[in-house]
This record gives sequence, structure tokens and C-alpha cells, in this order.
Amino acid sequence: MAESVRDTAPILPATRADNPPPDRTNIKTILTMLLLIVLIVLFWEGAKSFGKSNGYKLAVGDSTIDLSIFNDTKLPHLPAIIEAFFQPAQRNGPPLYQTLINYSIFTLGEALFGFGLGGILGFLLAVVFAHSSLMQRGVLPYVIASQTIPILAIAPMVVIWMRNIGQGGLAVPIIAAYLTFFPVTIYTLRGLTDVPATSLELMHSYAATKAQILWKLRLPNALPHIFTALKISATASIVGAIIGELPSGIQNGLGIALLNFTQFYNQSPPRLWAAIFTSALIGMMLFGAMALLERFVIRWQVKESD
Amino acid sequence: MTPIISIQNLTKRFQGSDSGSVLALDNINLDIQKGEFISLIGPSGCGKSTLLRVIADLIQPTSGTVTVNDKSAAQARKDRDYGMVFQNATLYDWRSILKNVQLPLEIMNYPKPERDRRAREMLKLVELSEFEDKYPWQLSGGMQQRVSIARALSFEPQILLMDEPFGALDEMTRERMNNELLKIWKTIEGMTVIFVTHSIAEAVYLSTRVAVLSPRPGRLSEIIDIPLPQPRSSETREMEDFFHLSTRVRNALRFGVES
Repeated sequence: MAESVRDTAPILPATRADNPPPDRTNIKTILTMLLLIVLIVLFWEGAKSFGKSNGYKLAVGDSTIDLSIFNDTKLPHLPAIIEAFFQPAQRNGPPLYQTLINYSIFTLGEALFGFGLGGILGFLLAVVFAHSSLMQRGVLPYVIASQTIPILAIAPMVVIWMRNIGQGGLAVPIIAAYLTFFPVTIYTLRGLTDVPATSLELMHSYAATKAQILWKLRLPNALPHIFTALKISATASIVGAIIGELPSGIQNGLGIALLNFTQFYNQSPPRLWAAIFTSALIGMMLFGAMALLERFVIRWQVKESD
Repeated sequence: MTPIISIQNLTKRFQGSDSGSVLALDNINLDIQKGEFISLIGPSGCGKSTLLRVIADLIQPTSGTVTVNDKSAAQARKDRDYGMVFQNATLYDWRSILKNVQLPLEIMNYPKPERDRRAREMLKLVELSEFEDKYPWQLSGGMQQRVSIARALSFEPQILLMDEPFGALDEMTRERMNNELLKIWKTIEGMTVIFVTHSIAEAVYLSTRVAVLSPRPGRLSEIIDIPLPQPRSSETREMEDFFHLSTRVRNALRFGVES
């Protein structure tokens, strides 16, 4: 997206001087999303009723396919999931939606903390790498290697270490940060270094300092890349926080809700699905917030006129 | 009269990674007087852009010296003696037109009122005042290049270095831009212009002198005075001398390639 703008900008005719009104595109987007939801509902419920009407068995030639994954104990009806939100998860407890909202606020807080931590760390690493090829060659391979270690292996260690230094509360944000810093480093580094040669020569002809070049050229040039990274990292930070909660023994987060409802899936499948949809929703909310911020910050781009 | 720019025994060799080195500029000697409009012309690969960048201290020569006002080229760059204009306008997408013109002034720490005053004055000079709030992509190629000229002139450099600035424009726009450039050059007393081009007509029309370079290795094969009357206009293009001088440049180019 940013690349194509740069490539075409110098030869764009003046006739594209006015932005097309974005309202129609927004309506189209909303309609497409609604259509997709309808399709998912139809597919979900269609598969269930198809399974039921065939006695959860499908004969194909000589063999039969087991369709029991579509029965109510394995895949609940969508209305049953919605219903689960309004029923208490424990006897005499508050309705599930209230519990999930409280858990979500907690998990979102930890994820945001980790997202901020990882974002700042990732950004600073990129700035260092952009200015020192020695650091880039020496340290970047380890940064990449760090991402090949499964988060599940690292999370319990982080929890133990943080408790040892009396900062147990930092464990989950650090685990979330571990998943978020990497895309920020890679995309920011690309944006900081992928600068047109003449843009840089222009700065040198003014005898600009490195700080001025960073602030007035490299950073604005990197912004579209940074926002791509932030959108990826936003959802990763939720995943990181959820996984981090498991070894931390946190009792009021989405992580523990997902774990509990998995264990009791056979008794009440809709509850797990309710927790899954809730996690997906807060991930999308954070993603949406970043996309909104991007539109607010990056206003100079060519608007697509389709 | 001491020249504003003196180039002596300048050689530039690019070190290739495997296939040895390429001699881009071979023993260039050239004196440029203050207030001159000199064009560097030659076919692709003759090193004319390289020569411009060595003068601008953006590339270091292998041997030889560039002296600007009795200083090194490096010192001249630090003293902000050079304004640069490239073939692509090199405007920053994220800056409005006014902000683009102000870029060098920000780098050089001019106070804000002075930045605004100078940038508006320069946009007036290139006749783009009403576009100051637009963004680069909203302007045509020719308009973008005028913004880039305004930006180069905003801090009143003594020397304007232009690297095929109108090479990407259509013929009509290019001729109009030539006239505007000459007008600006006349307006700013004592400004020296070094102009890289591969268009013979453009070089003869604009310049007080044309330096012809030959390729592989880049050598200065001839320097031709252009004594056409000033100010120049569309009539200049129809003068007999204009054709004679164009022919001389063309022959010098051909001779350079064949030898």
C-alpha cells in the first residue's frame, strides 16, 4: 500500500486532486461483514441439521463417515451459545456474560500493558538496528531465534523468574510483550531503512544530522509499516496474555475461563464457545482501535477511488 | 576572476563486488564562474550525474579536488551552499506543499515566522501559492518539480545543482519549465546553476556554457560557449545560432562516443 503510493505519486495526473467520499465504501464494508456473518450462521446450523437428519452417519460407497461432531454435545447450536451468556456459570453466580466482561477487562489490561511494553521495545530495537549494521548483524539473528521458541515453553519460566524478584504481576505483560515486539521490530526496521535514495541525498545536501533524518524522514516513512505491525501485534498481545495467565494461576482472566470450560466441555459446550467468541471480540476490538488510529495519523495517502 | 567552483584532476572509480572496478570519471578539469548557467550533457553512463554528486559532496572522489569558494566541497555542503533538484521531485508524501518547501528551513533551524515567509515567497515565485495546503500526490509532475525547485531555493543557496530535473516531463511542460527556470535564475542575482541533461535543445537553450561528456570512461570532451542573447524566449529557439550551436553540441557528443 505505501509502496504503491510512492511509486505512482510523481506521475499522478492532477485530475485525482479530490478525495472520493468514503461513505459509500463504509456501507459496502458493513454489508459485506453482515453477509459473512449470515453465511457463517447458515453453514454452522446447516451442518448441524444435515448431521442430525442423516443420523450422524453418512454413507459414501462402502464406508460411512462419522458425523457425530455435529451433535449437540460436540458442536452446540448458535442460540444455545447466546443463551449461555445469560446463564450463571456457577450455581447462584452472576450470569456468564458478566463474568466474561470482568475477565475480559482484566485480560485486556494485561494485554495492553504487554502491547505497550513490546511496542516500545520493538521500536527501540528497530531504531538501533537501523543505525548500526553491526548491531543488526550481531543481535537480529537472536531476535529471530527468540521467536522460534514456543511461548508455552517460556511462559512458566517468566512466571517463576518474576515471582523470584517479587514482580509476579509483571509476568503476564512480559509474556504478551514477547509476542508483540517482534513484528514491530521487523516492520519498523523495514520502514526506517527502505527510504528512497534521493530522499536521503536531499537530507545530506542540507547537512542534516542523524537525529533530523530519523525524525523528519525515516520515521514518517516507517509509519505505514509500523501500523501494519501494530495491527498484527494487537491480536498477538491478547493471545500472549491468555497463554501467560495459565501458569500464573490467575483466577479472573479469560485464560482460566478458557481452560475451565475446556475441561467441562462435555457438560456444557456452549460456555467454551461463549469464551472463545469473547476472546475473538476483544482481539478484534484492539485491532480495530489500531486501524482507527492509523486512519487518524496517516492522512496523506492516496485514497483508492473505486 | 576566481571561479566559484574549481574541479581539478577529478577521478572517480566505482569498486565492483566481483568484476573489478568501473572508471566513472577520468581526470575532469573544469572551472565554473559565479552566476554561470552550465549544463553537463552526455549519453547515459557518461558520469554526468556522478560528477554532479561529487560536486555536491554526496559522493567522494577517488582522486582530485573540488574547491568551492576556496573551501572543500564538504565544507560547502556543511555551509549550505548547495540547493539540489532531482529528476523525481523527491517531495515527502506526508508533508503538505508548504511544509515540503519548509523542510530545509526546519533542518537549518530558521525561526517559524521566517520559515513561513520564505516558503510562501518561494511558492509565489513558482506560481503555486494556492496549492500550499495540498499534498504532493494531488499535484501533476510538472507542479511537483516546481515545488522541488522552490524548496531548493528557499534557503538561498549560492549554487543550484539540478540532476535531469525535467527528464520525466512531456515536451510542452518541459519547455514551459525551462522558461520558468531561466526567469528564476535571472531573478536571483549571482546564482550559479549546474544542470545535468541529455537533451541538446534544453542544454543550448538554458546555458551560458555546455560541458560535453563522453562515456566509459567519463571524460570532458568539449566545453562550448553559448553566446545566445539574454533573456531567452521562444524566438531564441528559432535563431540560426541556436541551430549552429545545437549542431556543435551534437557533433561533440558523436565525436565523444566514436573516439
